[in-house]
Amino acid sequence: MSFWHFLQLNWPELLLLVRQHIVLVFLAILIAVLIGVPAGIALTRHRALRGPVLGLANVMQTIPSLALFGFLIPIPFIGGIGARTALVALVLYSLLPIIRNTVTGILGVEPSVREAAVAMGMTGGQILRQVELPLAMGVIVTGIRVATVIAVGVTTIAAAVGAGGLGVYIFRGLRQYDNNLLLAGALSAALLALAADFLLGLVERQFSFDAKHHTRLSAKRMLAIGAAASLLVIAVLAISRRGDEPASFAAQAHIAVGSKDFTESALLAEIVAQMLEARGVAVERRLELGGNLPHEAVVNGTLDLYPEYTGTAFTAILHQPPISDPRAVYDQVKQDYASKFKIEVSPPLGFENTFAILVRGAEARRLNLKTISDAAPHTSEWRAGFGQDFMSRADGYPGFSKTYGLKFREVREMDLSLTYIALSSNQVDLIAANSTEGRIKTLDLFQLEDNLHYFPPYEAVYMVRQDSLARVPALREVLAKLGNAITTDEMRALNLEIDGNKRDPKEVVKEWIGKKGL
Amino acid sequence: MSETADNSLVQFHNVSYSIPTRDRTVILSDLNLAVERGETLVLLGESGCGKTTTLKLVNRLLTPTSGQVLVEGKSTTAWDPIALRRRIGYVIQEGGLFPHFTIERNVGLLPALLAWDEARVSERVRELLKLVGLPPDRFAERYPHELSGGQRQRAGVARALGADPPLLLLDEPFGALDPLTRASLQREFADLAARLGKTAILVTHDVREALLLGRRIGLMHKGQLVLLETPEKFLTSDHPQARAYLDTLDVGGGQ
Repeated sequence: MSFWHFLQLNWPELLLLVRQHIVLVFLAILIAVLIGVPAGIALTRHRALRGPVLGLANVMQTIPSLALFGFLIPIPFIGGIGARTALVALVLYSLLPIIRNTVTGILGVEPSVREAAVAMGMTGGQILRQVELPLAMGVIVTGIRVATVIAVGVTTIAAAVGAGGLGVYIFRGLRQYDNNLLLAGALSAALLALAADFLLGLVERQFSFDAKHHTRLSAKRMLAIGAAASLLVIAVLAISRRGDEPASFAAQAHIAVGSKDFTESALLAEIVAQMLEARGVAVERRLELGGNLPHEAVVNGTLDLYPEYTGTAFTAILHQPPISDPRAVYDQVKQDYASKFKIEVSPPLGFENTFAILVRGAEARRLNLKTISDAAPHTSEWRAGFGQDFMSRADGYPGFSKTYGLKFREVREMDLSLTYIALSSNQVDLIAANSTEGRIKTLDLFQLEDNLHYFPPYEAVYMVRQDSLARVPALREVLAKLGNAITTDEMRALNLEIDGNKRDPKEVVKEWIGKKGL
Repeated sequence: MSETADNSLVQFHNVSYSIPTRDRTVILSDLNLAVERGETLVLLGESGCGKTTTLKLVNRLLTPTSGQVLVEGKSTTAWDPIALRRRIGYVIQEGGLFPHFTIERNVGLLPALLAWDEARVSERVRELLKLVGLPPDRFAERYPHELSGGQRQRAGVARALGADPPLLLLDEPFGALDPLTRASLQREFADLAARLGKTAILVTHDVREALLLGRRIGLMHKGQLVLLETPEKFLTSDHPQARAYLDTLDVGGGQ
């Protein structure tokens, strides 16, 4: 699909993401200015506070953004998932340049000018408003400009905590190996940053009073620029507002559905969402959340349900050692989730998604490989490519390599979605993928059998809050209907429609529900 | 005592000032001085002698470490500092104009702070600009950086006169100007001060300026007032510091 064609098809969604992005950045900078400028002014009055406060703001900025989001998630009131957490993180990032430039700007006012102001009998407030702030304004606006450009970039990461914005396209593009998505996300973010930089640059120039840069625009032109910028923002907001989000959830039963950040999880969430909507329930989708976010969100009530795998819940959430009996794993998870989290585990959906250890088909045929044990002797010449998740989890790489005695020439940690391409293009020789991955067939990859039964069973289920089931009766009916409703082949086919054929998940799910008569 | 108070606008009583740091460097010690209404008193001395400090004690940019400074009979520490400063015009080198204000706004600042109505402020600004030789039609709309040093200095004097204060403090006002501009501004200032009947305290290290402008000259040395004389008596003084200054005048061929 050409980029142009992609844009034509996805224009409304792209505009929605741009709008979310702008709103996030705008609110974050607004709040940061409201906090940062007064804080900066206070620091010019209290010298002793300057070091500690600027130091703290400095440290804030050195925390990698993804980590900062992570720290914020468990914190009540400001944390959790969604725009609020993103906003808090963005404000924290934006504070440093704004506070620092406010301090620098005000302290940079010439002492003789300040002395003249005092000597003329201006009060502290008059000096601040009429002399110090106007003279420092150029430097302060520079700080705001820097903060804004940084915020446009950091906001792309905010998609990982479900805040929306252009990061949604970038993350999805990485996952689905889709350059159109990547390009649309990255290009739009870059254009936003450039536009913000340019507009704030114009504002900045208004506050230059020395002879060299004295190119003041008239008040009229200044007003015109301001008006044009506001119109642009409003236009984007207006265009993209059409037809998204229902006006109010209040009248209807309301369910928030979440998912993890990969195609299958999002698909399973979409299936429940559409079935609920067909039964008159209003659904809020918080899809593609990173890490353990969906779990945390269901526990704290931000979400009502999300799709999970019993093996993952067993090892990653309950921290049990891997076992291979599916029944035992399911029962244990059901019992512990009910007592620990007040979460109900739905009936299994009918398919398993375990780790599939893959090699190239041609390689498997050449070396006559069937099982992982068959491949073990070759691994000293092989490079492996594993997702971050597989590298770190209890049932992942450390136990896996030990069980089979694997010693790779090199182990690369990379984004899971990129491992398929890396394998098929000879960049790596073995990967750990999802067994329901649609591209296993299309890329001629071969799944080695887990002959020592290392991987625990990963039956797909939904994790649902008990109080949500009580609140929305349709939920129980939908989950019952989905019990045993999806085979492994079906799941693979659905995944392939999205990842391979780049189709819209909503349409694919709609089709499938229709076909199954659900 | 009460008679002196009536004639004196500013009085220093045993005033000392040291920098409030650990080593407490003494800047000014035991100064006694009365500035009479209507006179121009020049404080003459080399840098670091305490003359600028003396000036700043008057409008309470600094407060004495000991002793007291009286303005209109009231100690500066008893004055509301804002009210005190609004009664005192202050002129520093290059005028200390606000770079982001037009000349008109700079000069009209104090009247505006005192909440005069707009028409009156504007009228006052035109009057003051004419007084200091800056035609309002040409200069009112300009910014300080668009003026020459001498023009900025004129604007600085106009601003200090804004609310018609009884007292002017001038800290080396003509120091940064070229000799020709300086000479003409000095003459104009002498004329202006006489015409307006203002009391002025002017700080300088230029003995010519002191002799030209001062009704009395206070010679300062190492934080002390060592001599206080009229220009005529200053010229014939045999105080070694005064002689050192007067000797510099002979270079040009004497009087």
